[in-house]
Amino acid sequence: MRRWFEDSGHLIRPALVLLAAVGVFLVIRAAVVPTAFGQYGHYRPAALGLARQHSLAYAGQLQCAMCHEEEAKARESGKHAHVACEACHGPLAAHADDPSIQPKLPDVADLCRRCHEKDAAKPAWFPQVATAEHSGGAKCTDCHPPHNPHL
Amino acid sequence: MTIPGVDGFMYPNEVELQWSLLIVLYPYITGLVAGAFILASLERVFKVEAVRPTYRLALLTALAFLLVAPLPLQLHLGHPERSLEMYLTPHRSSAMAMFGFVYLWYLTVVLLVEIWLEYRADIVRLAQTSAGLRRVVYKALTLGSENVSPAARIIDDKVGYVVTVIGIPSAFLLHGYVGFIFGSVKANPWWSTPLMPIVFLFSAMVSGIAAVLVLYVASMKLKKTPVDMRCLDTIAKYLFYTFVIDFTLEMLDLVHRTYEADESFRSLDFMVHTRLMFSHVIVQIFLGTLLPLALLAATQLWRFTEAARRAIYLTACGCTLVGIFAMRWNVVIGGQLFSKSFLGYTSYKVQFAAREGLLTAIVLMILPLAIFVALVKLLPPWTERVTSKPGS
Amino acid sequence: MDISRRELFQIGGKLLVLASAGATLGQIVGAEPPSDAYRMADHWWGMIIDIDKCIGCGNCVRGCSRENQVPTGYFRTWVERYQVEEGKQPIVDSPDGAMNGFPPLTRTDVKAFFVPKLCNQCADSPCVQVCPVGATFVSPDGVVLVDKEYCLGCRYCVQACPYGCRYLHPETHTVDKCTLCYHRITQGLTTACCENCPTQARQLVDFKNPKDPVHEFLRKNKVEVLKPYMATQAKVYYKNLDGSVR
Repeated sequence: MRRWFEDSGHLIRPALVLLAAVGVFLVIRAAVVPTAFGQYGHYRPAALGLARQHSLAYAGQLQCAMCHEEEAKARESGKHAHVACEACHGPLAAHADDPSIQPKLPDVADLCRRCHEKDAAKPAWFPQVATAEHSGGAKCTDCHPPHNPHL
Repeated sequence: MTIPGVDGFMYPNEVELQWSLLIVLYPYITGLVAGAFILASLERVFKVEAVRPTYRLALLTALAFLLVAPLPLQLHLGHPERSLEMYLTPHRSSAMAMFGFVYLWYLTVVLLVEIWLEYRADIVRLAQTSAGLRRVVYKALTLGSENVSPAARIIDDKVGYVVTVIGIPSAFLLHGYVGFIFGSVKANPWWSTPLMPIVFLFSAMVSGIAAVLVLYVASMKLKKTPVDMRCLDTIAKYLFYTFVIDFTLEMLDLVHRTYEADESFRSLDFMVHTRLMFSHVIVQIFLGTLLPLALLAATQLWRFTEAARRAIYLTACGCTLVGIFAMRWNVVIGGQLFSKSFLGYTSYKVQFAAREGLLTAIVLMILPLAIFVALVKLLPPWTERVTSKPGS
Repeated sequence: MDISRRELFQIGGKLLVLASAGATLGQIVGAEPPSDAYRMADHWWGMIIDIDKCIGCGNCVRGCSRENQVPTGYFRTWVERYQVEEGKQPIVDSPDGAMNGFPPLTRTDVKAFFVPKLCNQCADSPCVQVCPVGATFVSPDGVVLVDKEYCLGCRYCVQACPYGCRYLHPETHTVDKCTLCYHRITQGLTTACCENCPTQARQLVDFKNPKDPVHEFLRKNKVEVLKPYMATQAKVYYKNLDGSVR
């Protein structure tokens, strides 16, 4: 028995090296992984906060209506009732926070054409025209008030 | 509006390939490791005496490639400095996470322990006879024990046997897992098949055995020692058998796909005949499988002179190594060339001097050979082992 | 017996490991989510899309891109246009993801329609399943998010997503995707894509809200999810989705 111990005693050394490595690993793990990890699932709960910490570019139409009541009312009764303000006017959260920031309205013709240019893939119920032939060169807003466009 | 390199329709985020040449290299390298180890275990566990001259060589080959294996992965990651997270918070449902532990297990408990046990007598002798820095290194490798009495060596041999026995399924796991990483992705019909881990494993064994054969002949040439033909013939024989199984499995996959002809088939078939024509049909199938199989079969059926056999084996192994690389390419790159809408294809241009480019791949393939040479110098494979057989 | 040299190697090894851990340390330690009126357990988010209402204007793609600073050439949402001719494979296009809409289609001999696409916020998500570290996950309120301070950029999730909605962000080198505008919906706003859609083709829904229109929508219409055979429990439901849609 003692003889066997002597002859196999060297085997303990690699075992010790491996155990030491495992020990170091466990110490690092305890130090580095946040205790909350796994609270909701296999991820850092801080990630949820991180995902929420993003600034807004679009204020949302309810925000616009708070100051621009006239335009909101005009829109209400027309075909553009459900078209959000920022869908045409672009992201305006910065303006909502600080009204002195006045973003420029995109070019009207491009804007209207994006939705209303005739396209065989667009559903039949949607008002669409071949804009090149439609207005004889006039601007869309010459005839169609943008907030309530129906003639 | 056409996107350069794209035919038909691809989902907009699919156009750019995510897994590059380095991800092709990674399964190739781990495959060589698994294959080399299986060859080593042929002698140790299955008592195929004829291949003993390559036993130590195969172990060193496995180690050299295993040390390099994580490098292509690290170079591919968006944040390699975060890679420790795979060990700190491994997601148990992810094959990739579990693989990290399989790798560590294999490196430490199997390969390093087996090499240490095998080489202990030499390490102690070299620690006692060398000088300077080499002496320091050898002393460290002894882990403080200089007991190399015959009784201790017999115990080493027994424990080494057990480690090799554990090592065989570990090697299967090491490379089978890589196959599973691809085979379990249900989103990708080119990858998703239960055969994937097995096909990967057998092609790994084929490439590993071929690599050891080539390295053995090269080493003997450099040492100006005659090659042990009985050893070489035996290796070639096992290579042949393994190749037959590998070929059968790949054909089974092909026949099955063609027969079932599911939704993805037409798109994949078109891809193989166009974008993968060279790498799949010409390189992998003809050059990399059918030609080596024919060559090896010829040596089993007819007699050739020693010199002729050596030439045939080397040619067959060279083609095999290229062919198995092509197989990895076809799986990894091929799986990303077609759209998951089955309506289009993209293309992959390998850059040269980029982080994931051709130059990096070449360096990563040369590196294990350099490490191999260093290991051979450090732990010469040419001394005979004392076995546990009575009377030795 | 030279114990000191063995110790030297052990210490060296430990130092190496610590150095690597140090790089990870800064990213892992973080704060808890803000406690406020929003309770995650009260919500289970999804989206409903009405194919018959989509006009392919691309407002959603532009809106998303501006709200989330989506890098050029990558898409958190996009619109596809299908042209389905009898007996043939559909012709599909999505020029720049429909960022600027589509060039007008004039041929009338095919069935043509638009399909907006985004992350399906799968409840049984294959992308979450494969993430090796837990950098992507399903939040308690049903949104699949990416922890960009934890993501390694291995792109396994990009491979695993059947819908092609993930990409590697070229600047952060982490994976990015539609977050269902998590920062907006947790404040009572709707997503940028839904806000900008002029026809209400897309609507954010909350399955846990008994008054949400989604319940009636699902009850009264023929609805489908994309690739139902993938069994991902996708939470984006399409009304009147044609069978040719991939």
